[in-house]
Amino acid sequence: MDLTRASACEWLTQLNSGKVTSEELVGGYLKRAEALQRLNTFVHLDHDAVLAQARSIDAKRKVGEPVGPLAGLPVAVKDVLCVEGVPTTCGSRMLKNFRPPYDATVIARLKAAGAVLFGMTNMDEFAMGSSTENSSYGPTRNPWDETRIPGGSSGGAAVAIAADLAPLSLGSDTGGSIRQPASLCGVVGLKPTYGRVSRYGLIAYASSLDQVGPFAHSLADAALVLQHIAGRDPRDATSVDRPVPDYAATLDTPPESLRIGLVREHRGEGLDPEVASALDEAVRVYEKAGATIKEVSLPHSKYGVPAYYVVASAECSSNLARYDGTIYGHRAEDFSAKYPIEEDLPPLIRMMMASRAEGFGAEVKRRIMLGTFALSAGYADQYYNHALKVRRLIRNDFDTAFKEVDVLLGPTSPTPAFKLGERTADPLAMYLSDIYTITANLAGIPGLSIPGGLTRGGLPIGLQFLAPAFAEETLLRTARVFERATDWHTRRPTLAG
Amino acid sequence: MGLSHDEVAKVALLARLRLDPAELEMFTGQLNSIVEFVTQLQELDTKDVEPLAHGVEVRNVFRDDVRGPALSNEAALSNAPKRNAESFLVPAVLE
Repeated sequence: MDLTRASACEWLTQLNSGKVTSEELVGGYLKRAEALQRLNTFVHLDHDAVLAQARSIDAKRKVGEPVGPLAGLPVAVKDVLCVEGVPTTCGSRMLKNFRPPYDATVIARLKAAGAVLFGMTNMDEFAMGSSTENSSYGPTRNPWDETRIPGGSSGGAAVAIAADLAPLSLGSDTGGSIRQPASLCGVVGLKPTYGRVSRYGLIAYASSLDQVGPFAHSLADAALVLQHIAGRDPRDATSVDRPVPDYAATLDTPPESLRIGLVREHRGEGLDPEVASALDEAVRVYEKAGATIKEVSLPHSKYGVPAYYVVASAECSSNLARYDGTIYGHRAEDFSAKYPIEEDLPPLIRMMMASRAEGFGAEVKRRIMLGTFALSAGYADQYYNHALKVRRLIRNDFDTAFKEVDVLLGPTSPTPAFKLGERTADPLAMYLSDIYTITANLAGIPGLSIPGGLTRGGLPIGLQFLAPAFAEETLLRTARVFERATDWHTRRPTLAG
Repeated sequence: MGLSHDEVAKVALLARLRLDPAELEMFTGQLNSIVEFVTQLQELDTKDVEPLAHGVEVRNVFRDDVRGPALSNEAALSNAPKRNAESFLVPAVLE
């Protein structure tokens, strides 16, 4: 069984025809995960639980009982999605012992479809970061070069695919946390439109920006997952009641209209020359396919990162207020007054302060404080409310661009994967890794990253496609034109193990 | 504008975070760089711009007020850092 060759769609065919059992399939992946533990991809992988799910599907298939559309396929899950009874820890010491009493809606849907939940993957703590270095479990390594970061915050979910430790995985994207690691690991990563997929049970970072989406090797595999996780959920009032198209069925039909926009501001300073030439090459592929290529402008692009850090931090300071050591999560043993400022505080407040100080890492503290500041009396208008207005300007830029083109094409990340430790001392340098992805979250539109090349040094380069809200079908079909014409998505890292 | 140590200490208290002196020093420097960075947003004239709170604007969503399944007490208490048979235990709030 060659796990580095087959796709999820092919595995499904083989499972349905009885050529392979789910137990054999997950057994192969478990063995591989064992051999490649040094990548630090999984934070929790219970072999017995995985095998039990697979055997139960196999037993149903054997007697001809109806099984779901993903029956027997392993799916790795970012440690941010609640799975009932399974440690779901958000890469944080704060939630080290947390076992959710319920399933996230996307997890319930995967279970109903017969998928085998294949472990929880490493991530930046509470999804805050671009390198998976902000994890209390230590960083995940990029399989293409183990001295480099895999991107983040869904680094483990991206590596699970890149290193063939699972054929499918789920991540979450608040400012690029699916697309940027997909790009840096050479896999497909899709952030759906805000509201396309339920956020119920997705541990909240910034609620107006967070969205769940799939990682896979191919667009067909990503479309398969999206199909089964998308749609209205009465438990998430922001999930939108619109029909879910059959993404897989239309994938191979090239779009009737192929007007592609190149964003002037995404070719600026800081763009690695090898990434720029991969983009030029992609443009040639589209020209050959008969596309109309047009330069467009998103004039407020440069305000994306600062607007994001105000909005996301403000939302996180509110969302993470729940981790106070009372109902669940870490509680400090010793919360006696330690510094003069604490002496007059009631014990309950000291307990909260000490628990949060011990439970959260530096990046989470930084964002909570930035958000608390941006929302505090006297500053809210200047920072938070102003950033929301800039957010409108950013959305208007996209609305204008999409009057002229169907899809925007550009680089996902300005550079290939950087070295472990390279940007940890400078939060601002880290924030700028998301410069091309972040505005899609502010505008609510879908974004997709697909493998678009390799550097001379053998590091993956990702291409990003952006489309109007709910145009996932256009996004996938347009990207498919490139995927069909190239073989970048079939490349694999050389992994000793 | 710059944030002083005292202001950062006040923000930390509002955010219920205990900072040790070294953290206070580090975060003061870093928060100042970040605040300075986000200050570029002030260049934009947003006088007639409506704030945008969600990318995809949704109106209030209503549902019938019917009781659905709820967590059992035991499930709700199962992750408590400190508890007895029926309650979460916290340090005394009233003297």
